Amino acid sequence: MSRSVKKGPYVHESLTKKIDALNAANDKKVVKTWSRSSTILPTFVGHTIAVHDGRKHVPVYVTEDMVGHKLGEFAPTRTFKGHAGEERKTGLR
Amino acid sequence: MARIAGVDLPRDKRIEIALTYIYGIGLTTSQKILKETGVNPDTRTRDLSEDEVIKLRDIIDKQVVVEGDLRREQSLNIKRLVEIGCYRGRRHRMGLPVRGQNTKNNARTRKGPKKAVAGKKK
Repeated sequence: MSRSVKKGPYVHESLTKKIDALNAANDKKVVKTWSRSSTILPTFVGHTIAVHDGRKHVPVYVTEDMVGHKLGEFAPTRTFKGHAGEERKTGLR
Repeated sequence: MARIAGVDLPRDKRIEIALTYIYGIGLTTSQKILKETGVNPDTRTRDLSEDEVIKLRDIIDKQVVVEGDLRREQSLNIKRLVEIGCYRGRRHRMGLPVRGQNTKNNARTRKGPKKAVAGKKK
């Protein structure tokens, strides 16, 4: 079931605060976050957000198409390198 | 001849069913269309009057996304997911289930025919 519209999209508060500050200062800096469940808002477009994948922060450059998705969708938590002895045919990941 | 949205409808079936031969129209959509145009769902395709065919064609052209347009829309949606590099896009690229299903067993619809693994038997 999708989230109630009344509440608006979920975004971690400190993240919005940081992005808004960057927008106000017309600045582009990498913002580290652990909040994978935060929705990407239109105000985030153009920023690079380092999203935690459980081990390190993966830099994600936010484009317009990504609005509405969650940050975690762009920082994979699993590294699958293929099975032993398997030929790799198609491109990685 | 009843030719709607580039598809020849089967002549001997009830129009309610015949419309579902168009990609993008299932039974529900078909029934809704017939209700709106006021065509009796029980008439056979070959018994439709010219007027009724035109009415059906009009409403399908205007209100329903079918055939090529629908296929294009779907592939564009998938392409978007693949291009932004999100989790769902990656699953599409790898040819694995997109909606969180298990892949330890089964998932053959997405993965295709089984590939034998060498030396797997006891």
